[in-house]
Amino acid sequence: MRALDLLWLVPLLPLAGSALNALLGPRVARPLTTAVALGAPGLSLAISLMAVWTYATTVFPLPFEQVLYAWTTGELSIDVAFLLDPLSSVMVVVVTLVGFLIHVYSVGYMGDDSGYQRYFSYLNLFMGAMLLLVLGNNFLVMFVGWEGVGLCSYLLIGYYYEEEFPPYAGRKAFIVNRIGDFAFLVGLFALVARFGTLDYGEVFAAVASDPHGVEEPYLLGLSFAGFVTLCLFIGAIGKSAQLPLYVWLPDAMAGPTPVSALIHAATMVTAGVYMVVRTNVLYQLAPGTSALVATVGAVTALFAATIAFAQTDIKKVLAYSTVSQLGYMFLGAGVGAYSAAIFHLGTHAFFKALLFLGSGSVIHAMSGEQDMRRMGGLKKALPVTFATFAIATVAISGIPPLAGFFSKDQILAGAWGEHKVLWAIGLVTAGLTACYMFRALLMTFYGRFRGTDEVRSHLHESPTVMTLPLVVLAVGSALAGLIGIPKLGTLDINWFGHFLAPVVAPVGHAGEHGHHASLGLELLLMGVSVAAAVGGIWMAWRTYGGERGLAGGEAWAIRFPTAHRILTNKYYVDEIYDATVIKGTWSAARGLFRFDAGFIDGFLVNGSRHVTVAVSLLSGFFDKYVIDGVVNLSGWVMRACSRLFRSLQTGLVSQYALVVAVGMLVLTGFYLVVRLG
Amino acid sequence: MFDWVQQIPILSLICYVPLAGAVLVMLFMRQGQGESIRKFATGVALVDFLLSVPLWFAFDRDGELFQFRESARWIESLGIGYEFGIDGIALLLVLLTTLLGVLAFLSSWSAIDVREKEYYVFMLLLQTGMLGVFMAMDFFLFYVFWEVMLVPMYFLIGIWGGPRKLYAAIKFFLYTLVGSVLMLLGILALYFFNGPGLFRYVGVGNEKTFFIPQFHDIAGLIPPDLQFWIFLAFFVGFAIKVPMFPFHTWLPDAHVEAPTAGSVILAGVLLKMGTYGFVRFSLPILPNATWRLLPWMVLLSIVGIVYGALVAMAQKDMKKLVAYSSVSHLGFVMLGIFALNGPGLSGGILQMINHGLSTGALFLLVGVIYERRHTRMIAEYGGISAQMPSYATIFLIITMASIGLPTLNGFVGEFTILVGAFSRNWLWALMGAIGIVLGAAYMLWMYQRVFFGPITNPENKKLKDLNLRELAYLLPLVLLCFWIGLYPRPFFRILETPVQHILQQVEPHRPRSAAAAPAATRSGAESLTRYDSATRSGGAR
Repeated sequence: MRALDLLWLVPLLPLAGSALNALLGPRVARPLTTAVALGAPGLSLAISLMAVWTYATTVFPLPFEQVLYAWTTGELSIDVAFLLDPLSSVMVVVVTLVGFLIHVYSVGYMGDDSGYQRYFSYLNLFMGAMLLLVLGNNFLVMFVGWEGVGLCSYLLIGYYYEEEFPPYAGRKAFIVNRIGDFAFLVGLFALVARFGTLDYGEVFAAVASDPHGVEEPYLLGLSFAGFVTLCLFIGAIGKSAQLPLYVWLPDAMAGPTPVSALIHAATMVTAGVYMVVRTNVLYQLAPGTSALVATVGAVTALFAATIAFAQTDIKKVLAYSTVSQLGYMFLGAGVGAYSAAIFHLGTHAFFKALLFLGSGSVIHAMSGEQDMRRMGGLKKALPVTFATFAIATVAISGIPPLAGFFSKDQILAGAWGEHKVLWAIGLVTAGLTACYMFRALLMTFYGRFRGTDEVRSHLHESPTVMTLPLVVLAVGSALAGLIGIPKLGTLDINWFGHFLAPVVAPVGHAGEHGHHASLGLELLLMGVSVAAAVGGIWMAWRTYGGERGLAGGEAWAIRFPTAHRILTNKYYVDEIYDATVIKGTWSAARGLFRFDAGFIDGFLVNGSRHVTVAVSLLSGFFDKYVIDGVVNLSGWVMRACSRLFRSLQTGLVSQYALVVAVGMLVLTGFYLVVRLG
Repeated sequence: MFDWVQQIPILSLICYVPLAGAVLVMLFMRQGQGESIRKFATGVALVDFLLSVPLWFAFDRDGELFQFRESARWIESLGIGYEFGIDGIALLLVLLTTLLGVLAFLSSWSAIDVREKEYYVFMLLLQTGMLGVFMAMDFFLFYVFWEVMLVPMYFLIGIWGGPRKLYAAIKFFLYTLVGSVLMLLGILALYFFNGPGLFRYVGVGNEKTFFIPQFHDIAGLIPPDLQFWIFLAFFVGFAIKVPMFPFHTWLPDAHVEAPTAGSVILAGVLLKMGTYGFVRFSLPILPNATWRLLPWMVLLSIVGIVYGALVAMAQKDMKKLVAYSSVSHLGFVMLGIFALNGPGLSGGILQMINHGLSTGALFLLVGVIYERRHTRMIAEYGGISAQMPSYATIFLIITMASIGLPTLNGFVGEFTILVGAFSRNWLWALMGAIGIVLGAAYMLWMYQRVFFGPITNPENKKLKDLNLRELAYLLPLVLLCFWIGLYPRPFFRILETPVQHILQQVEPHRPRSAAAAPAATRSGAESLTRYDSATRSGGAR
């Protein structure tokens, strides 16, 4: 079990690589930066492959837990610990494998960028955070990784920080994600408040031991399971770019193309799907939330697919395709087809990474041009890119036996068992997906070259360091589906489904959930979905195939001008957000600041100062004229009196004698009159 | 290894080393010797910090509540004693004070070029005042230090401040003074009640004393209406210091006008005196009033969180933005404290430290760029990431710490606070958590406008990256942010005993019904309360 004991190194190595490259800085030689940047995820990949191999070949594997250290103490006790079980095994392989290939590809793609070392420092950090997310054995470690990938997307989308748009797009990604994280956190608080722990094992065991306890009414008219799953799902909506929080993802194309591949394929956006499947014990007991998950997933899948039609930027098409495919995964998770959702996550990681890296190779060859209207006929100049891109396009379209077919089919089968409308939306989306993906393929690689002569003269196939990852991913896109061939009658070789089964085992009365359609129905559904894909491809060929160039597409735009306008403007969702949420927050901010400066500080605080000053002036006046006035008055009275009496003090003896004589006369007269009279 | 700490009056030593330094500077140094004054003063602060570090190791986590006790007679006729001692809370705040002291001194070297002698004397005096506040175990002594600290701060803002320094200094002084006078009334009321009584209240009849633990002991005896009035008196004093909405408007002015080091100390330490006051006095001495006024305290905290964040968003001046963000962050601290449970209280107290570290660092960072360009207006910058990569990196890390990104300190505090708040009332946590979203919005927006985009202002093209001295005072804070973020356990551990003490003081006076919760949220509170009792009796259902 040696490889398992090294599990903690899997997330830590990329983190260390990131820190090392950040500290070494741009001063060191480029090969050293490359060695660190590839070495860390490479080792991580090797360890995780060995660990998963050890784990998967054990006869009765128990989830493997590894505690690193205790994070907190007291009432709230949380460890920093890792977990390897079937679910995290799948995730860790996908993340390290696809992530590593993207690293290799980046060496070529970013070869002449001045921020080489900064780029790889971020890229390693991204992978480390994603590995924390999938390997954590509790919700807190998951949340650390969850926020970590948010930070990395902020840094990498805004990588070209000297321009105006990328930093804006990075910030938008972070803040929209934060809105989801806010709900995620509330869900975690509810879990802590009830179970006093965030450890998966303990929480799920507590739920499973008493499924009815979490179904009792809790808050807002929801059961406990309903409340928690709703909160967690809102978090997933933000991270996995579902309606209505998907707006950050298309703008995330502002980052370097390998970053788009990383965000869209192996890391970040898949986190939401992983989280829903990880907490499937709770979702199984919350049918309301599950229905919501399925509905949001289905609607997003369809919605994003329609927008993808009107995009002319090759990366934007792929971006909306990602949103749509993630919707598919949520549809699967919502209808209880958890292993199918994870299976699609894995296959999608291969072909979507391939598509993005292929588009990067095209952009590289086109001297930075991303508009498909100026491409065309590139298959001769870029043979390897074309071949691999075509494989990925066929795979995502759901043509057997390539990877996308098997995973998509299982989701559709699950949806059929849950609700026919969900299935129908999924089917239409499958057709649309095939159509817009072939549109992109045809516009890029077929027809005549529509760019400038200068660009044409520079056309070249990418170096081996870039094409090699494309080939590896193409092999994966072609073959990965074979590990999860759906059960057909008695023929059951769905290795993937069996491997994942312990994690998604039914809980409580949700036991009767698994539908097993008859062989005939199963084959019929497969046939219908393949037919939809073929129909989509045929439509694309009719419009863009051969030498038609852009004319076919323009004809559609002229025929349906309103629809075209709405789709080109992506249903005006960004505009609606700008007008409501952003403008609202901003006016609240400015209004409150005015209130703060005007009322609280201006009126109350400075007002009390003015009142104090006024009162003191008044008291000054009172003091001067009333209090002091009385004092002065008494003095004045004294003085007046004294002046009067002073006039008597003449100092002339004769005058005094006269007064004495007169006084005596008056007194004698008075005496005589009063006493004797 | 650290036994010697117990043998000497370590607290007094830590408290008065800066004072002694100030006296030495005053007596033996002349105005012109800027270089040697600043080196000497920084050396004194460093010695003080090094003296305080052993406290962390020598403190017995499972021992007495108050340790390193010093007791001496002072004014016996009034029952005033010279009582020093620290618990885990005060220990963390003392360490924060001495650490930020060193960093603030270092940052002043290039920022202050007039009247250096007085400046460093006032800074040293300020250190003594703040340390005394956290160490005093006698109410009278506490009050003395509380007022002593005001004076140097007043001069620091008033002499070395910005264009509106006089307005800001006077506002700061008067505002705080109003608060402390009311607090003094509260202290005196407690003093008389412990003794013969006051007005119509018959006292406990104890010997006259200002010894703080004595008041903790008689908490249950204080009649509810007297508690109510004393609580209000304390509230005004502490709420102004915190500052809680709507007593916060002195803060932006003081911050904007104060010199960098003044802002660092102001945000890092001074604001914590308010929250410290609530934790040390209001809660354990006045538990009945605490429960009674709980909804109002929480309301003001939540308003502060959201309001501070929104107003911060509208700021054009970096320092003012950080000042309003402090209102929001201190709202979190108050919310945690008034969640009145283990996670809430320990999270709130830890968040006091976290805020000191990350906001202190933010002010230092703004100071760095202010010294280069002499403006703090966000619009003056843009794209400076290319010119100052190390500065941009450290600024980003601190920004992330401030908006609560996991693996950094802010998250640990906010998370535990909200866990505590949720188990008291889920709506409190919900509304508090809005601050997390808004925090990301205003901080990242500022960051984008300062560091990203093309360089539009030619003056920014020649900016120099951090020098060694600047790295020296920024890196310790970055490392601490990571330490608390990655391994907060030692900090929670040291807070365990004091938090338990507060809960023991408060919990018996908890009202029976959930009536303490505001009416609108009652149903949620009730369902949680019901759940609370269920888990307590039978574990997880």
